[in-house]
Amino acid sequence: MPLAFLLLFALLVLASVYYFGQHWAPVLAASSLFDPRLKMVLLVLGALFVVTQLALGISLWRARHRPVASSARPLRDWEWIWAGTAAVIFFGLNFAGALIFPVGTLLGPSPQKDSVRVEVTAEQFRWNFRYPGPDGRYGATKPSLRDAAEGNPLGLDRSDSAAADDIVTATLVIPTDRDVEITLRSHDVIHSFFVPSLRFKQDAVPGMDIFLHIRAERPGEYDLVCAELCGIGHNSMNAKVRVLPPDEFDRWLAEAGTR
Amino acid sequence: MTVEIQPRSVVSRVFSTHHETIGRQYFWLGLIAGITGMLLSAVMRIHIAWPELRLPFLGEVKPETYLAFLTIHGTLMVFFVLNLVPQSGFGNLMLPAQIGARSMAFPVLNAVAFWMTASSFLVMVAALLVTGGAPISGWTQYPPLSAIADSGPGQGLGTDLWLISVGIFCVASSLGSINFLVTTLRMRAHGMTLMRLPLTVWGWFVAAMLSLLAFSVLLAAAVLLLSDRHYGTSFFIPGGLTVNGALVHHEGGSPLLWQHLFWFFGHPEVYIAILPGMGLTSHLLATFARKPVPNYRAMVHSTLAIGWLGFLVWGHHMFTTGLSPYATLAFSALTLAVAVPSSVKTLNWIATLWNGRTRFGTPLLFSVGFVSLFITGGLTGPLLAQPALDVYLHDTYFVVAHFHLIMGMAGIFGIFAATYFWFPKLSAGRLMNERLGRAHFWLSIIGAYGTFLPMHFLGMAGQPRRYSQVPETVRFLMDLMPLHRFITVAAMVLITAQIIFIVNLFWSFLRGNNAGENPWQATGLEWRASTEDEELLVHRHAYEFFAPTDGEKDFRMQHEAEENKG
Repeated sequence: MPLAFLLLFALLVLASVYYFGQHWAPVLAASSLFDPRLKMVLLVLGALFVVTQLALGISLWRARHRPVASSARPLRDWEWIWAGTAAVIFFGLNFAGALIFPVGTLLGPSPQKDSVRVEVTAEQFRWNFRYPGPDGRYGATKPSLRDAAEGNPLGLDRSDSAAADDIVTATLVIPTDRDVEITLRSHDVIHSFFVPSLRFKQDAVPGMDIFLHIRAERPGEYDLVCAELCGIGHNSMNAKVRVLPPDEFDRWLAEAGTR
Repeated sequence: MTVEIQPRSVVSRVFSTHHETIGRQYFWLGLIAGITGMLLSAVMRIHIAWPELRLPFLGEVKPETYLAFLTIHGTLMVFFVLNLVPQSGFGNLMLPAQIGARSMAFPVLNAVAFWMTASSFLVMVAALLVTGGAPISGWTQYPPLSAIADSGPGQGLGTDLWLISVGIFCVASSLGSINFLVTTLRMRAHGMTLMRLPLTVWGWFVAAMLSLLAFSVLLAAAVLLLSDRHYGTSFFIPGGLTVNGALVHHEGGSPLLWQHLFWFFGHPEVYIAILPGMGLTSHLLATFARKPVPNYRAMVHSTLAIGWLGFLVWGHHMFTTGLSPYATLAFSALTLAVAVPSSVKTLNWIATLWNGRTRFGTPLLFSVGFVSLFITGGLTGPLLAQPALDVYLHDTYFVVAHFHLIMGMAGIFGIFAATYFWFPKLSAGRLMNERLGRAHFWLSIIGAYGTFLPMHFLGMAGQPRRYSQVPETVRFLMDLMPLHRFITVAAMVLITAQIIFIVNLFWSFLRGNNAGENPWQATGLEWRASTEDEELLVHRHAYEFFAPTDGEKDFRMQHEAEENKG
């Protein structure tokens, strides 16, 4: 039994190391501390995994192959050392992470003056994106005016002058060189804005306007998927995030405004 | 063994107030729920791997079917298996015997609690089968999805039935907890001090304390949600919503309130599910390694610490909801704090085995499996507890891997260990077949790791949870299909392994070997000869094992008068 257990464990370790290499997160499109941090934590926890599972297997092996043991040595001291070590490791990870989280955290409006503003509104089962247009103001919306079939999913109040230049799209288009300040909303149930390539997720909670800012660095097309169960269309609530170099983005925005 | 005259009539035998009968009734209810939950998950896994496949009876698996199965699977497994069998099942069966009591403190209350639980199960089954569909919002039932009947199929009557079922379950659980607490505090035999209790009893005791405090909160939340759904209140529903093109006439509520209430219950709940298993693991490792539990006091303290800290960490389920970063940091630190007593326990289990004269047997195998799965599932806890990482991994299969390994598999292995160990008490003094038991163990542990370890990779790759099907328009998810298929095949191995268990269970009930009085040569009061009921006096702690002098036995039972120790 002990040998079989150790064999199983060895297989698990090898498979894990191999597959973690194969299935890392999708291509990184932003500068993010997530990847190196996860690697570090996986190494630390992986080491603990190996040590403890090995100890488990070896203790079984010793039972098979050793002569009758005398009574156990008192464990008290070892337990303090071990508890202390565990506490240092785990709290160390926590505080190191805390230093990263506020720095990397993307909650709140962008400190940058020239950030691009986008309103992201989630609903069953679609993502809507709205840019405020040249006037820099989002037009008023009314729940009673929402009508996707009529081309007004956000319920824009056409009588509001600020609404005239709002740009509503089904694809999120953002530039590489500036912060993008997102106002995240939901029309109906809780959804979640998850762009794996940006290493970021934020729940869209009905009744709340959540501000966050992101910055992409690698042009390309990435996926936005919903990450909070929102009904039968939860898995089909996908959109594309197009990251464009700055001049291409300006051209797109200008052209979208004329439509 | 307690001596009690069994009532004659069928009615009084079915509605028995005898704790052993009630314990067995909980066990069978849990088994039925577990098999149902397992079959639901089989359909889920097959559909994800081969979405076009039409299944017998179900035909094409629609999104609402998948999500309904997901909801009921989680609900049955968490409430009706992991809450029920380790605590209500084996606790009722064995607690009085282990503390030297003749019965539980409140036998009638005990029976009432069981039949309420059974009713709750029937209502849950009704929720699965009712026209209009079963609820699709997951066992976590986040509003507004769960609050607005039009937000999806099954969110009408199905969700109402779910809430009613859970409400009944909360009351029943609270009644049962009162019984456990009073029995443990007031009905111990002479000499059975708290620090001489077997660690199984400590597991049940702390789990009962958690149950009493946590289930009342869930009951309140369920009542508030039912109120939002039917009485025009808006605890959880904000204004300005439109569902299916229609305005929702509620305002002023917060969906996050539900999450706070639910997870204030939900986190202690997972500790309720695992604490009895932890107590049992210590108990079985000591018994089979023929060694006392090293530092028993630390094991008691860590059980209490885990119970206490379990109430302080609920916010780690809400890192992505928009909590303040300060709250996030606090919840993160507290969550990591729970890792410390858990590590103490893990070291203790390994230390119990380390210098032992270990006898191998199926209960030992499943206890070792418990430790292994607890380590694997537990280590990803500190990882997910870090908001910087959770921001990516939340609501992906990484979390699914974490809780299935530590709660699903370790918890279930605890149930199996208890079944094999206490089978003489569950049945009429028989043992389960050892060969089949070992086959069950090996296939299960290979199936468990094969199913849930790869889910970490799915999560890392960004696969969100609760997708009824991998969407064809998302390339990076379609690339994961081979991994999904591997997981499904491994899950089929895991499920098949349970057939061995069921066969062994039924066969052993009918034809299992005679166990004798104390087949495992254990020290607990439950293995004493039944004629020794009068003048029961406990002389020592629960784990008196030692290196034997020639020909002598290597243990002393707790009530043996020979020598006074501990």
